[in-house]
Amino acid sequence: MITDLREVMMSVEKINEAQPLLSIHDLHVWYELRRFGFGHAGYVKAVDGVSFDLAEGETVAVVGESGCGKSSLMKTILGLNVPTSGEVIFDNENLSELKRDGLQKYRFKIGYVQQDPYGALPPFMTVQKILEEPLIISGMKNKEERLARIHKAMAEVKLHPVEDFLQKFPHMLSGGQQQRIVIARAMLREPKLIVADEPVSMLDASVRVEILKLMRALQESHGLSVIYITHDLSTVKYFSARIFVMYAGNLIEKADTRRLLENPLHPYTHALLAATSDPDARNADSFKEVPPGEPPSLVNPPKGCRFHPRCAKAIAGLCDEKEPMDFEPEPNHFVACWLYQPQ
Amino acid sequence: MNATPNKLLQIEKLELHFKTRAGAVQAVDGVDFELDSNRAVVILGESGCGKSSLAKAMLRLLPRNVDKYEGKVFLQGAEVMAFDEEEFRKNVRWLGISLVPQAAMNALNPVIRVGEQVAEPAVIHLGLSKAESMSLVHKMFQHVGVPLDFVDRYPFELSGGMRQRVALAMALVTSPNLIVLDEPTSALDLLTQANIMNVLKRIKHELGTSFILITHDIATSSELADEVAIMYAGQIVETGHARDFFPAPLHPYSQMLMASVPRLRSDSDPMFITGQPPSLINPPKGCRFAARCPFRFEKCDEEPPMFGKNGRKVKCWLHA
Repeated sequence: MITDLREVMMSVEKINEAQPLLSIHDLHVWYELRRFGFGHAGYVKAVDGVSFDLAEGETVAVVGESGCGKSSLMKTILGLNVPTSGEVIFDNENLSELKRDGLQKYRFKIGYVQQDPYGALPPFMTVQKILEEPLIISGMKNKEERLARIHKAMAEVKLHPVEDFLQKFPHMLSGGQQQRIVIARAMLREPKLIVADEPVSMLDASVRVEILKLMRALQESHGLSVIYITHDLSTVKYFSARIFVMYAGNLIEKADTRRLLENPLHPYTHALLAATSDPDARNADSFKEVPPGEPPSLVNPPKGCRFHPRCAKAIAGLCDEKEPMDFEPEPNHFVACWLYQPQ
Repeated sequence: MNATPNKLLQIEKLELHFKTRAGAVQAVDGVDFELDSNRAVVILGESGCGKSSLAKAMLRLLPRNVDKYEGKVFLQGAEVMAFDEEEFRKNVRWLGISLVPQAAMNALNPVIRVGEQVAEPAVIHLGLSKAESMSLVHKMFQHVGVPLDFVDRYPFELSGGMRQRVALAMALVTSPNLIVLDEPTSALDLLTQANIMNVLKRIKHELGTSFILITHDIATSSELADEVAIMYAGQIVETGHARDFFPAPLHPYSQMLMASVPRLRSDSDPMFITGQPPSLINPPKGCRFAARCPFRFEKCDEEPPMFGKNGRKVKCWLHA
C-alpha cells in the first residue's frame, strides 16, 4: 500500500517536471567481436545499462577513465552509434525511430566539441570553408547569410577581428584559437545540446581556463544543455551542475557537483578524488592510495559489482555475486554500491 | 662558475637554436641550472617554451637542423659538452643520464618482447651476459611494479600504465644517477598517473636516483618535486625549492601560471593569461614576458638577470 502511494506520488512529480531535453533509458551499446571476420566471439559491452535525464539548460559532467565507455555513450547521443537496446529520447524524438533525413536533422540539434582541435579541423581547408560547410549541408543557400552566421559565431567565441582569421589554415592558429574554431563550428546551427569530449585536455594550463570560461559563458547566454566528458575532476566544478561517474560501462554515482566532491560515496569515486592532486609541495612526502589492478575487460566484466575485485570494502558473497542497483542514501544522490543498501 | 664535484649536474648558458626557413628558432636560450644527487627538479612550462628541447640538449640528442649548440654541461664534475660523440654515447647516455621520452609507452619496439628490450641497454653498456641482464631486468621490474611474468610479453599485451613502467625500468637498468622524464604521465589515466608518481617516489627513496621531470602538469609535478624551474620562451625565469615555490611563486608568469590551475580542494577562481608567448624566432628584447605582464615598467625593456634571494632565483626586475 505504502509503495503504491509512493509510486503515485512519484508519477505526479514526473508529470509536474518539465519534459527533459534528453532522456536515456537502460541504454546498452555492445560491439560484436568476430573471430576471423565472421564467427561470433562475444561482445564488448561498452555501455551496459545507463539511464539518466538531462533538462534543458542543464550541464552535466561524465567522469571516467579511458575505456569506461564514456565515448561510446557520447557517440550514441550524437547519433553516430546505433544503440544495441534501450532508448535515447532527445527533444521528444526517439533516436531509434529516426531514418536518414530525420537523423541528419537530429544531428543538427547537437553540437560536438572534439578533444583534439588540430585533429578535428581539416588541415587543407581555411577557417571560412570549415565553418561554411556545415551551413551548406544544412541547407543555407545564401552566401551572405552564411557569412553573417559565421561572423556571429566567431564573435561569440571571441575571435576578433574575424576577417583576420577567415582565410587562415588551422596550422596557423594556436591551440586555444583552434579550439575556439571547433566551438564556433559546434555553435553554428544553434544547437540545444553541446557534447564536449575533453575539450581542454590538449590545451596549455593558461589557456584551459579561458576556454572553460568561454564555454560556460556560451552555455549561460544560450541556455544550452552541455554534456562535459572529462577525466579531470578539478575542472568539473567550474563547469557542471551535476556529475556522473562512469566505470566499466555503468554510471556508478550520480549527484550534484558540490555534493559529490564533498561527500563522495562510491569507493571508486573516493579513489578518483584521492588521486587528483592540487599543486602543493607537501604532496611529495606521502604516497597516494590507489586501488590495485586495472579496469576490467568489457568483454567479460566481473560478476556482481564491476569494481569489486579492486575494492577494499567489497562484501564477500554480495558484491561478487549480485550487481548493485542505484541506491539513494541522500536526496538526489544516487550510488550503485551495496554499502549504501538501506537496512 | 667552475665545476663543483659534489654537484650531480651543472648547466651553464646552454643554448640550442634550430635552423628554419624563417630564421633561427631559439628554443633553449641561455639556460643555467644545477642539481644535487637524490633530488628531483621539475621543469614546468607551456608547450613551445623549449622544455623538451632542453632535455634533448642535455642528452645531445639533436636533430639535423641545429643552428647553434653551445654552453657547458658538467655531469659529476666532468665537462661532458667537450666529449666527442663516441665518448658521449659510451659514458653519458644510459650510464650517466637516461631518458624516458615523451609518450614512452608508444616508444617501445612492438615486435620485441619487453624483457629483451629492457635488457638491451644493460647488455650494451654494462657488458653483461644475457642471463645476467635478465636477472637485472627482474630486479628492475620489481622496483617499478611490473609482474615478473610480463618479461615474455610484447608491448601490445600491456596496458598504457604497464608500458610506461617498462620504459622506466629500461631507463633504470643501467643504474644512472639521473633520469630525464619527458611528460611521463600526460597520456595516462588519473589512477595510472597516481600509480606512476608513487613508483617514481619509491625509486627515489630506494635507489637514490635524481630526476628531471619535464611537464606542463603543475598539480601532478608537485608529487615529486624537490625543486622547481619555470621555463618561458626558451629561458628559465624562476628556480627555487618546491616548498618555497608552490605557496608563493615570485615571477609574475609563475604567479599567473599557478593561478590558472583549477583546484579540487579550494574555491579559488582560476585565472588565465591573456596573449600568447612570443615567437622564438625573433624574441623581444628585454624581458620576454613583458608583453603579457601586468607589472611591466620601463626597466622591462632591458633583459633582467637572474636575481638571487634566499636560495631562490628569479629573472624579473621586480625582485632586483
